[in-house]
Amino acid sequence: MNTQATQTMPHAAAVAAVEHEDVGFWRKYIFSTDHKVIGIQYAITALVFLLFGFGLIMMMRWQIAHPGQPIPVIGPLLEATLGQVAAKGIMSPDLYNSFGAMHGTIMIFLGVVPLAFAAFGNYVVPLQIGAVDMAFPRVNMASYQAYLIGGIIMFVSFFIPGGAAQAGWTSYSPLATVIPTHGQTFWLIGMVFLITSSLLGAVNFIATIIQLRAPGMTWMRLPFFVWAQFVTAFLLLLAFPPLEAAAIMQLADKLLGTSFFLPTGLAVGGQLANISGGGSPLLWQHLFWFLGHPEVYVLILPAMGIVAEIITNNTRKPIWGYKSLVYSALAIGFLSFIVWAHHMYLTGMGTKIATFFQTTTMIISIPSVIILTCLFLSLWGGSIRFNTQMLFALAFLPMFGIGGLTGLPLGFAASDIHLHDTYYVIAHFHYVVAPGTIFALFAGIYHWFPKLTGRMMNEFWGKVHFWGSLIFMNIVFQPMFAQGMAGMLRRMADGGANYSAAVAPEAIGTLSHWIMQLHTYILWGAVGLALVQIPFIINLFWSLKHGQPVKSDNPWQATTLEWQTPPPPPHGNFDKPITVYRGPYEYSVPGHATDFTPQNEPPRGKAES
Amino acid sequence: MDIPYTTQARPDTGVYNAKVGVWLFLASEVMLFGALFSAYILLRVGALPADWPHGLLNIPIGTFNTAVLITSSVTVVMAWASLKMGRFDRFKIFQTITVLCALAFLGIKTFEYRDKFTHYEVWKTDGSRLTGHIEGKPAFLTLDKLKDAKVEKIHFLPDPHHYAEGRLAARKHDVEHKAVEIPVSDIKRLSAFVPAHSTYFAIYFTLTGLHALHVLGGAIVIAYLLGPGSRMWFTEPERFINRVETSGLFWHFVDLVWIFLFPVLYLL
Ligand code: HEM
Ligand SMILES: [Cu+2]
Repeated sequence: MNTQATQTMPHAAAVAAVEHEDVGFWRKYIFSTDHKVIGIQYAITALVFLLFGFGLIMMMRWQIAHPGQPIPVIGPLLEATLGQVAAKGIMSPDLYNSFGAMHGTIMIFLGVVPLAFAAFGNYVVPLQIGAVDMAFPRVNMASYQAYLIGGIIMFVSFFIPGGAAQAGWTSYSPLATVIPTHGQTFWLIGMVFLITSSLLGAVNFIATIIQLRAPGMTWMRLPFFVWAQFVTAFLLLLAFPPLEAAAIMQLADKLLGTSFFLPTGLAVGGQLANISGGGSPLLWQHLFWFLGHPEVYVLILPAMGIVAEIITNNTRKPIWGYKSLVYSALAIGFLSFIVWAHHMYLTGMGTKIATFFQTTTMIISIPSVIILTCLFLSLWGGSIRFNTQMLFALAFLPMFGIGGLTGLPLGFAASDIHLHDTYYVIAHFHYVVAPGTIFALFAGIYHWFPKLTGRMMNEFWGKVHFWGSLIFMNIVFQPMFAQGMAGMLRRMADGGANYSAAVAPEAIGTLSHWIMQLHTYILWGAVGLALVQIPFIINLFWSLKHGQPVKSDNPWQATTLEWQTPPPPPHGNFDKPITVYRGPYEYSVPGHATDFTPQNEPPRGKAES
Repeated sequence: MDIPYTTQARPDTGVYNAKVGVWLFLASEVMLFGALFSAYILLRVGALPADWPHGLLNIPIGTFNTAVLITSSVTVVMAWASLKMGRFDRFKIFQTITVLCALAFLGIKTFEYRDKFTHYEVWKTDGSRLTGHIEGKPAFLTLDKLKDAKVEKIHFLPDPHHYAEGRLAARKHDVEHKAVEIPVSDIKRLSAFVPAHSTYFAIYFTLTGLHALHVLGGAIVIAYLLGPGSRMWFTEPERFINRVETSGLFWHFVDLVWIFLFPVLYLL
């Protein structure tokens, strides 16, 4: 750290931050500017939202498997809190739509992004680059607060008359605009806060990585996790503003009576709407997917970063193809801005445009494959430690592989015409984000928990958590490929019963008994998945107090800088000046006494200054 | 604990932290306004010529406002340069002009908005369309409001020509125009030039409104650095200059957006 520059001009925030040490509970834990505290705030909030979003989908899966039957246990509770929409404990189609839209919104914008980017990024990135904090600590605090406000607005919207937004997380207009409730208004205002939060976070991350790297920490010595977060931050920075613009316009459509996304001649409820018309529904879709596609890389890049760290640490050898990883991540960053309309092949936007987006979509799969290949090859010849985080990281590889490869048929217009908006798409992206990203996030939690707390998580229950999650995830999502290929559409409150052979035995192309039967397996798979999260939750809390204490600062014998500071790191992070002398993954260097060489270990013959 | 490079530039990147932050923030702003400009293009391409108003904005006023903002862009630089030369007094003068320009811009814009809110278009049931003013200059009237108030007819002072007729039409029947009476029952739709009037005014108000918010935000920051914030000059001059510089960068961006807005909305 360069002390010279700052001695003359103490930064107000830094001064304030130092005072935090004895300013009591509120400023230390609630209005903290310390990146580590903010990271933990993000992590806790995001985990709660993930659990909540999971709860929503559990109820929906019951409704799909047993349409029109009261939800066991929770049904009466739903009726008591939400009223008519859950009369007799039965989920009405309106409620199903609300829950579906909010499941997607919560999982993506309130769960995975805040956990993968904001929580892990906040905690780990400054430590890994040897910085004392983020570049703008107060902006960092504001970012969390904006996120929290956005989350609260989304949560409150469940309880307003008419309930939460119902038009899917994609909120296509005109549907989203004409549903006669205020759920969508809440959704849009909530999104504006969440977008603001992400923008503040993105600016902070990029500035921190550019400006606050420790002496000697050159770009090609950055751990891959930092690179992944760097690219992610750029995606958020540049892809979110168009959605913000779109949200403002949809809000105007809703509140000011404009027609940005409402076409001429729009009829609502059988009557011509009293609007000027002239708007373009396609415009919303373009603006939404301009964010939407980069967003999927926001969900996956941090996960890849975590997996890379854990694989190299537990194979005890350098990551295979570090530079390929870095350049692939950068390539993904650029390309992800020019593939968005592969979500819109069925909108009639024209075959020439479709051709362009098919081409770019195929090109962007190349860097993804390179990253996955590098991670697989890293396993070759390693002496692998199969601890819980490594198991999750290893499972990530084939699971993400399935998710990515099943995306290719969706990328071609010809095959997408059949698959679009079916359960096949649901299966595709859930393989990427659920057994993919979520597994990587679990891995990250097991890996960095000792850094946060000075204690280890329980291995046995960790493994129970892992094997259970792996099995049940696949029971849940694998059947959806078959359902989708059989033509089952997504977003149907009766799970497709209306189109089943049971209802119309004479008709051609109905959903067979076998396909419908899969709903039951999925339901019990989801119940199992819920149950195996219990050991994880207990493990998390139990280990805080009773976990085995770590024996050193560096229990995994890792090379990166976050392990060169006591657990938990003090305010200001490092108790000694950090200088970096080598690349991020010097494992098993021949001739070295240990099988790992920390980045700040001076070359032989040079004493640490 | 001190965060490095809050004031001094980092040698290998050549910038201090806040400057990186502001440039990144401006990059996201480019995307924000870029999306709205794209929306403008898409909406305009998709509109029928008769539904895309022309010539309803006052070009002299717009030009004047452009000059006001350009002036402020110059003074913002002069203010920063004055500080660099140690002339705090001149900084104060220049930055005061900047803030006054910002206020002038916003005042003129308010006046323009107000003008639009009292200017109407009437779509009659016989298919003809008129633009003009309603007697008494009410704002934000709609057909529903008229019907609720049980009004039977309105006194309407039509413009010399409707925008859909093109600019040349103005000269042809530029005879005196007098008030007409329109029975409410003859009206199919009535709207002031508010966002709901058409996609043109929807995007016009969104773009200029968002821009005006930026002007306001920038003016508040600059005014703060001119007023209470300027005490930092005597304790940490370098950091103060940095603050003036970053706020100036933002101000230039706000001006630049207007340089695009003016021709697109007023002239095209
Ligand atoms: C690189 C390989 C990938 C390809 C070729 C691909 C292709 C596609 C295509 C074409 C669709 C649209 C399908 C349709 O609606 O008909 C789609 C949907 C989706 N993909 Fe991927 N994808 C890939 C990777 C990913 C990744 C890495 C993620 C996220 C982490 C992801 C998440 C999603 C999501 C969330 C949707 C559904 C959006 C909706 O609600 O409609 N995909 N994918
Ligand atoms: Cu996509």
